Amino acid sequence: MKTVKPRYLENSLQVVFFMCAAISTITTVAVIGILAFETWGFLQHVSIVEFLFGTRWSPLLHPKSYGLLPLLAGTTLIVVGASLVALPIGLACAIYLSEYAGERARNVLKPVLEVLAGIPTVVYGFFALTFVTPILRTVLPQTDVFNAASAAIVVGIMVLPMVASLCDDAFRAVPDNLREGAYSLGATSFEVTTRVVVPAGLSGVFAAFVLAISRAIGETMAVTLAAGATPNLTLNPLESIQTMTAYIVQVSLGDTPAGTLTYQTLFAVAAVLFLVTLCLNIAANMIMKRFQEVYE
Amino acid sequence: MSSEENVILNIDDACISYGGDLAVRNVSLQIFEKKITAIIGPSGCGKSTLLRSLNRMNDFIHGCEQSGRISFRDEDLYGDKMDPVEVRLRIGMVFQRPNPFPKSIYRNVAWGPDINGLEGDLDDRVEKALRQSALWDEVKDRLHESALNLSGGQQQRLCIARALAMEPEIILMDEPCSALDPVSTARIEDLLFELKENYTIVIVTHNMQQAARVSQHTAFLENGVLVEYGDTEEVFTNPKNKRTEEYVTGRFG
Ligand SMILES: Nc1ncnc2c1ncn2[C@@H]1O[C@H](COP(=O)(O)OP(=O)(O)O)[C@@H](O)[C@H]1O
Ligand SMILES: [Mg+2]
Repeated sequence: MKTVKPRYLENSLQVVFFMCAAISTITTVAVIGILAFETWGFLQHVSIVEFLFGTRWSPLLHPKSYGLLPLLAGTTLIVVGASLVALPIGLACAIYLSEYAGERARNVLKPVLEVLAGIPTVVYGFFALTFVTPILRTVLPQTDVFNAASAAIVVGIMVLPMVASLCDDAFRAVPDNLREGAYSLGATSFEVTTRVVVPAGLSGVFAAFVLAISRAIGETMAVTLAAGATPNLTLNPLESIQTMTAYIVQVSLGDTPAGTLTYQTLFAVAAVLFLVTLCLNIAANMIMKRFQEVYE
Repeated sequence: MSSEENVILNIDDACISYGGDLAVRNVSLQIFEKKITAIIGPSGCGKSTLLRSLNRMNDFIHGCEQSGRISFRDEDLYGDKMDPVEVRLRIGMVFQRPNPFPKSIYRNVAWGPDINGLEGDLDDRVEKALRQSALWDEVKDRLHESALNLSGGQQQRLCIARALAMEPEIILMDEPCSALDPVSTARIEDLLFELKENYTIVIVTHNMQQAARVSQHTAFLENGVLVEYGDTEEVFTNPKNKRTEEYVTGRFG
């Protein structure tokens, strides 16, 4: 006959787990709620058209103006620059790792990438300011002390490990028997890689790219340190700019009283940031799903 | 074996090992042109290993080493002058599990000729290969649909078409029917009969009836050793070796 085990522990643990799940859900909902509420308040004073399409951003200095485009341009510069660095190099790294590297090279490179991914972002910002910027200024003397290019380069280096690692996963998920099939038709390694493996892993590659872009958009520390605080509607990467994230830092560090319009701009900008990265992450997830179904 | 048969592959004292463990031991045998040669034997006896050495697919396996000599039309298959990519261009392969590329039916068949820049009209080549593999009528209206939507048997015939589109001199097949249902298996056997007019085929199978039905020569391998090799009829009806007899009559382990 079975003895009935006491269920107290199990039941109480269940409650604990439920609480943990509940807390994270509630937090997310609360954050979204506050963002929406404050943004709503902001939009009572500034029309959404002016906010999204205005070309001057000056919420702190008179004459005040709340056009988001300069911040969007700043973020765009960083994202484009970082993508130019991270996407091709990350893809090439992944191709090397999954198709060419031997066990030994892999065993060295994978941990190096992980270390690169684990460096605190403030170190990257510092590195941009003290190392990348001086080089840029030597090569291109017209470069500002704070400039988008330097920040974009380090943000690119920062997201590169993620791109390399996700693309590597995508390529390694391509079954070996496809490679064998290609080789048996007289293909070279290069042809197998470019005409079978990369196309077969393409949705994984796209997902990696989207996630990298999403991270570059949200990146804060390096751009605050290296890119400047000048909301400048420009596409010149050598100028000082301000990104959406850097603006949030700037105002958060100041002593803007709660309830003012300036205070509310924080939430409006954060809401835009949140929506953009949310959309990108959803897109990446959808692409990933497709990619998982291919070989089932 | 009659003397008018041309030897296309001559395997002479081949030993193949993985990380030092011998999988094929001192095998010598000849593959004849425009004939079907079957390699039979219990699982793990080295059939795939031997087959893959014939188009240098073992080159990709880390720790796989080979000694002895394999000549392909009197040239050393593993000689310095032989380019392994060229070898695989001339000696095609069909694998145990169908492995179509995640591309359209057309792109699968066109893939080899396309990357290797083979001459002639690609469409014609694709159609011819699909007709030879008896798949044309089933797929001619959906050439540009994904090959992954085909059934297992159709996928395997597509892989055969893919190999045929290269017009290789030899086709190696590693248990091409083991993942297929009986109907698909019968279709592929019919196909082999037609292909033997023009192609040299080496087929690994653990299905004895299949070997007896389709091949002219049969090699029986056990523990990496070639126990018996001869005309298929001889091997099945009048084997010289007792082990062979036990295996082909099913009185085996
Ligand atoms: N890639 C490999 N690495 C190490 N050993 C292998 C590998 N492939 C096959 N072997 C070994 O070689 C022997 C022969 O295998 P295989 O040629 O696949 O046999 P078969 O095709 O007759 O079933 C087996 O003992 C198997 O374990
Ligand atoms: Mg096998």
